[in-house]
Amino acid sequence: MRRWGWVGILWGAVLAVVATIPVVATIPMDATAQQCPKGKLRIYTSWPMQGAMIPEGTGMKNGVDLAVSEAGGAVAGYCLEIINLDDASPQTGKWDGAVEAENANKAVGDPLAILYIGTYNSGAAKVSIPITNRAHMAQITPANTYPGLTKKQGAAPGEPEIYRPLGFVNYFRPIPADDIQGAVGAKWAKRLGVKKVFILNDQELYGKGIADVFEATAKKIGLAVVANEGIDWKQPDQKPVLTKVRASGADLVYLGGVIETGAQVIIRQMKEVGLVAPRVRFMGPDGLLEEELLKGATCEVAMATEMRVTFAGLPFEKMKGVGAKTYEEYKKRFGKEPTSYALYAAEGGRVAMDAIKRAAPALDRAKDITEKREALRKAIATTKNFDGINGKWSFDANGDVDYDTMSGFKVVKADTPIGCKFQFEAILE
Amino acid sequence: MRWEGMGEERRRSPPFRTNLDWHEVLIQQTINGVTRGAVFALIALGYTMVYGIIGLINFAHGDVFMLGLFISLSYFTLLGMAGPLHGWQLVTVLPLVFLLTMLTTGVINVTIDRVAYRPLRHAFRLAPLITAIGVSFMLENLALIWKGPAPLAYPDVFPSVDILREWVGVDSLLFITTKDLLVLGTTIPLMIALQYFVTRTTWGKAMRATAHDKETALAMGIDVEKTIILTFFIGGALAGAAGLIQGLYYNIGMWWMGYQAGLRAFTAAVLGGIGSMPGAALGGLVIGFLSAWSDQYISARWTNALVFSILILVLIFRPQGLLGERVPDKA
Repeated sequence: MRRWGWVGILWGAVLAVVATIPVVATIPMDATAQQCPKGKLRIYTSWPMQGAMIPEGTGMKNGVDLAVSEAGGAVAGYCLEIINLDDASPQTGKWDGAVEAENANKAVGDPLAILYIGTYNSGAAKVSIPITNRAHMAQITPANTYPGLTKKQGAAPGEPEIYRPLGFVNYFRPIPADDIQGAVGAKWAKRLGVKKVFILNDQELYGKGIADVFEATAKKIGLAVVANEGIDWKQPDQKPVLTKVRASGADLVYLGGVIETGAQVIIRQMKEVGLVAPRVRFMGPDGLLEEELLKGATCEVAMATEMRVTFAGLPFEKMKGVGAKTYEEYKKRFGKEPTSYALYAAEGGRVAMDAIKRAAPALDRAKDITEKREALRKAIATTKNFDGINGKWSFDANGDVDYDTMSGFKVVKADTPIGCKFQFEAILE
Repeated sequence: MRWEGMGEERRRSPPFRTNLDWHEVLIQQTINGVTRGAVFALIALGYTMVYGIIGLINFAHGDVFMLGLFISLSYFTLLGMAGPLHGWQLVTVLPLVFLLTMLTTGVINVTIDRVAYRPLRHAFRLAPLITAIGVSFMLENLALIWKGPAPLAYPDVFPSVDILREWVGVDSLLFITTKDLLVLGTTIPLMIALQYFVTRTTWGKAMRATAHDKETALAMGIDVEKTIILTFFIGGALAGAAGLIQGLYYNIGMWWMGYQAGLRAFTAAVLGGIGSMPGAALGGLVIGFLSAWSDQYISARWTNALVFSILILVLIFRPQGLLGERVPDKA
């Protein structure tokens, strides 16, 4: 100090003052007393935050943070605190029903918790929805697309009632469910000039659900449906089934399936029996939107069948209005591209902020936390004309969004190692 | 994108007839059935041979078939063949890979016998059966560790040419490709060679004698253990060939596919009469036809049910199978 003299002390003082500025600046974010006279409410989130899921898990966490910080960390006099939980088991790194149940119980046991945002895996949601339902707590998912969680269409027997022990809807998803793809796919097929479709499905929950909806919609809009045939996907030889398709004179093959149930085998063998464009084209849901599929089916056949797939929602770059703004904001704030479900997490967070605002009078009147949760649940359920990332939408009676905006992709030649790729072709509604 | 417009739709009349006539459908499905059945038959032969000799239903056999597919793929990769073979490669590389694959799976099958079945040769009959199931699981998991859980894309090594249109010049709606010819052109010679070996050679005679009566064969100076080794080797080699053919034909392999294929082939062996080699070949073809016709005329989801119902009917009314001889002490 001696060597620095007075000038040094002066500089030191300046530095000290500068260093305190950020600390002072963060104080309003951290909820001072006058901003939340009505106290604190907690929002729990739950999805895997380990291993391969770290990027997506962080993306969804960022999405929720974005929504809460837009509201300034407090809504209608209530300060909000986010508690992020991980529902993966440390042994396997994958979601685990026991961990998810523990997380949900932790949330409903917290006297300040008002909302549960999660899960990522539909299987995990099956575990937590009944727990939050019993506690009147609303649950919003940023990522579950299995239809049976909310509706009968494409569901297993007993669904979705088994997830609602108290009888009311407490689970909401601001993202279209899988079965919508079947409906949108059928309409797209009609616009592409298809007259007669042969539907195949892998007899699994996802594939058959989508195929059934495709069939129903196709019949409604006047497409001839030859059959909706369940195939034995463990059989690597699908030529007899495809010969049947050929004999029927159908001009579209729609496959409700995923890559794990051998969709690539069917596509590849289409060429072997002469099922190629312009005679026949191929369409499927987003379970086929994988590069691995093109590898197995070969680019040659994928292009020869003019393979098309539908995808729930819009690609981020194609979003307009709120969606485009959110996309830019996310990139600016977190310095990277949003992961697949990050913006849907932001959407879920915003739905909650909006609902808390609308529920404020009821929240103030509520005598205990259960009444508060019930007030918020009702407010979320009545979300109408919400200005979301895919346009304006409302929740229906099941807790699903009522929009069916999807995008259509087509396989085109590309300068990739395998020689082709899925390219965005059209916005579908 | 523009879609609407009735005029545009009316103009889109197909440039060719798309629907197949009923007889074209029948012919096409019969071709499908033959190729499918030929592969079943090749696997079924291995089941039936081993059963004939030591009375064991070798449940690991289907997995040897699966390994045949994986191993042949490795040989192709080793030889640097990732795309369609041309001209001279078809007559050099392809037979070489066939030979190497069959040798490898033959040795694997013999090893399985030496390690897992031989110590139990005189044990209670269920012991080797359960061991076989255990070996099956081990092979499956070996393949799982080796290649991972995702379906394996088998490269288009064998070129697929639409024979009628591109070679003959007939614009038929039927599809017969070079791949169909490949299946028939390999399975039929293999079956004929096997039949010749078993009926006309000394070793074949030894095999038949051992199958008929092990003790007496031993008393006649036949080396029974060597005959058993030979049987496992031939069975494994045929399974390996079937795996290779399957890879070339369907271009896909899964670590669990041995179980499914094995079940079908076992059914074929029983249908034809277990222990009978012409029976296994016939059983394979019958199941191939039935399943292809069922896919067409009934529904793919009922095919397995139909195949097994017919198996049950055959076993009720003809327990020895289609070509089997009644051997009371074996059943």
